[in-house]
Amino acid sequence: MFKNLTVGRALVYAALLLMAIYYLLPLYVMLTTSFKSLDDIREGNMLALPQLWQGGAWSKAWAEACTGVECNGMQGFFWNSIKMTLPAVAISTLLGAINGYVVSMWRFRGSDALFTMLLVGCFIPFQVVLLPMAQLLGLLGLANTTAGLVLVHVVYGTAFTTLFFRNFYITVPDELVKAARIDGAGFWTIFFRILLPISGPIFVVCIIWQFTQIWNDFLFGVVFASGESQPITVALNNLVNTSTGVKEYNVDMAAAIIAALPTLFVYMVAGRYFVRGLTAGAVKG
Amino acid sequence: MAALSINNVCKTYANGTDVLKGINIAINDGEFLILVGPSGCGKSTLLNMIAGLDDISSGDIAIGNKRVNELSPKDRDIAMVFQSYALYPSMTVRENISFGLEIRKTPKADIDATVKRVAEMLQITHLLERKPGQMSGGQRQRVAMGRALARNPAIFLFDEPLSNLDAKLRVEMRTEIKLMHQRLKSTIVYVTHDQIEAMTLGDKIAVMKDGIVQQFGSPQDIYDNPANLFVAGFIGSPSMNFIPATVVQSGSDIGVKICDDNGCVVLPLPHDKAKLAAFVGKEVIFGIRPEQITDARTAYREGLPVMACHIDVIEPTGPDTLVFVSLNNTKVCCRTHPTEAKYPGESMDLVFDVSKAVLFDPQTEARIV
Repeated sequence: MFKNLTVGRALVYAALLLMAIYYLLPLYVMLTTSFKSLDDIREGNMLALPQLWQGGAWSKAWAEACTGVECNGMQGFFWNSIKMTLPAVAISTLLGAINGYVVSMWRFRGSDALFTMLLVGCFIPFQVVLLPMAQLLGLLGLANTTAGLVLVHVVYGTAFTTLFFRNFYITVPDELVKAARIDGAGFWTIFFRILLPISGPIFVVCIIWQFTQIWNDFLFGVVFASGESQPITVALNNLVNTSTGVKEYNVDMAAAIIAALPTLFVYMVAGRYFVRGLTAGAVKG
Repeated sequence: MAALSINNVCKTYANGTDVLKGINIAINDGEFLILVGPSGCGKSTLLNMIAGLDDISSGDIAIGNKRVNELSPKDRDIAMVFQSYALYPSMTVRENISFGLEIRKTPKADIDATVKRVAEMLQITHLLERKPGQMSGGQRQRVAMGRALARNPAIFLFDEPLSNLDAKLRVEMRTEIKLMHQRLKSTIVYVTHDQIEAMTLGDKIAVMKDGIVQQFGSPQDIYDNPANLFVAGFIGSPSMNFIPATVVQSGSDIGVKICDDNGCVVLPLPHDKAKLAAFVGKEVIFGIRPEQITDARTAYREGLPVMACHIDVIEPTGPDTLVFVSLNNTKVCCRTHPTEAKYPGESMDLVFDVSKAVLFDPQTEARIV
C-alpha cells in the first residue's frame, strides 16, 4: 500500500490522523481517568493508563454522587432524560412527517408561506423563546415537569423535522400521490400506505438529529425543570460543580460518559443510515 | 366504458394565467382520443381535469351522461397511466395492481382473480412478487397499465406513457396499447407530444396550442386538411414545406409562382377559383408535404407540373430518399424513390402534386384553401 504513497497522500493521511487524535484524546482521557483511583489521578500522568483498574467511580456516579443537596447519583436524572427524550423525539418526528407531507404534496393557498414561517423557526435562538415559553408553561400548569420539557422540545424541534421531511418528500414524484388518489386512497391512506414505507432513511436522520439535540440540551433543562424533573445534562453540571469535599475527577468523568452514552448508542446503531439518509432522497419510481 | 364530453372548459390559475381557453371535445364510447401539442399547450392540465386532479375553472366535463365537475378522482370511474409510471415503490407488483381494488373493498377472491387475469393479459405473471425497483422501464410500463386495467374503468387516461422508454420499446408498446384498445373497446384519452403516436393510435386527435384546440378530427383528416399553419407544421414527419409565394393569374389558371436559381414557374392550383381570386397578387404561404414533391416514377398521375431543381442535400432513409432543394429561398424537402434520386449539385426533375397543397395567410396563419 505504500507503493502509491505520494507526498500529497502522506499529507492527507497525516492530517486525518491528527484530527482523529484531536477528537479521540479527550475520550481516552475521560475513559482512563474514570477507571483510576483518586490517588492515581493525583500522582500519575494524565495520559497514563490506570495503575489499578477500578469501577468504583462508575457506581458512585450512577447511584451515590451528590448533585447538590441530594446524593443519589445520576440514575434518576438519566431516567428523566429518557422520559423526556423518547416522547419528544417520537412526537416531533411524527409531526414533522405529517407537516412535510402536507407542504410538499397537498399545496394549499398559503402553504408556501406556512413553510417559510416554519423555516424561520429553525433560526430562532433558544434564548429568545425562554421567557414566553416560561409564561406558556406556567399557564398550562406544566412548569417544572417533564411533560413541559417534552412540549418545549416538540415545539422547537418541529421546525427542523418539518424541513427534513419536506425536503425528502419534495423529491418523491407527485404522480405517486395522484395515482393513489385515483386508486381511491385518501389523505391518511396515502400517507401511511404509500409515503411512510419509503421514508425510512429520513426517519433515521430525523431521529438521530432530534435525539442528539434533545438529549444534549442544557438550557431548556436548566430553565424549565427543577429538582426532581431535571434532565441528565443539568444533573451532570450540578454534580461537577458541587463543591463539598475533594474534587473527584474519576466520578466526574464517569458521570460525563454516562450522560453521553445514549447518543453514542444511537449513532452506532443508526449512524450508517444517517449519511445514506442525508444523501439519498430520490426515490426511483 | 363511456363517452366523454368536454364543454367550454377553461382553466385559470390563481395568478391569472389562462392555461385553457374554452375547450370543446366530445368522443363516443370506445373511441381513442389523442391530446397532442407542444409542451405548455395545456394538454396535461386538461387530462388532470378529466381525472379530477385539477379543478375546472368554468365549463363542464361529463363522463357517460354524468357531469363530473365536482366528483373526486376516485368517484369518476377512471384509471390513469402516468409518464413516470408512479408505481408504489414499497409494494410488489401484485400489491400495486390490487391496491385500488382493496381500497374499494373488493372481495379478496375477486381481487386475486383480477390480478391473475390482468397479469396474464400483459404477460407479467412472473413479475408479480417483484418490487418496482427491480424491474426495467418496459416492465414497469406494463405494470402501470395492469394497474389501470384491473379497475376496469369507464375511461382510461394516459399521460405520455411511452416517453420514458427507448425508441424500440416505444414502438412495441404503442402497438400493444392499440391492440389492447381494439380488444377491450375501451374509451381512452391519451396525451402525447409525439405526433407519430398521435397519428398511429388515435381515432380522434385534438391538436392543442396555447390552451386552445387548434383542430379536432380524425388523424387522416388532420393530416390532409390542416386547419392552420401550426397544425400543418406539427403533424407529419418530415413536416410540411412552407414556401412563401405570390398568387398569380396565368391565363385561365390561378397558381403560385415558384422560383429557384434557374428561373420561375407557375404551379397552377386546382382549388376553388373564387377563393383564390381574392389573393391574386398577394403573398401567401404555399404548404406542400414532402411526398407531394417527388420523382416522375413515384408520381402516380400524368399531367402534373414538373420543375427541374438544383439539389442541395440528400438524406437516404432506406425506403425513401429525402431530397432537399431551395425554392423561393426556402429549404424544401421532397420524398423520392431511392433509385431515382440524383446527387447534390445535380439537377433533378421534380413533380409537384398540387391537388393536396394548401395555402395559408401569412398574417393570420389561417388556411385559405
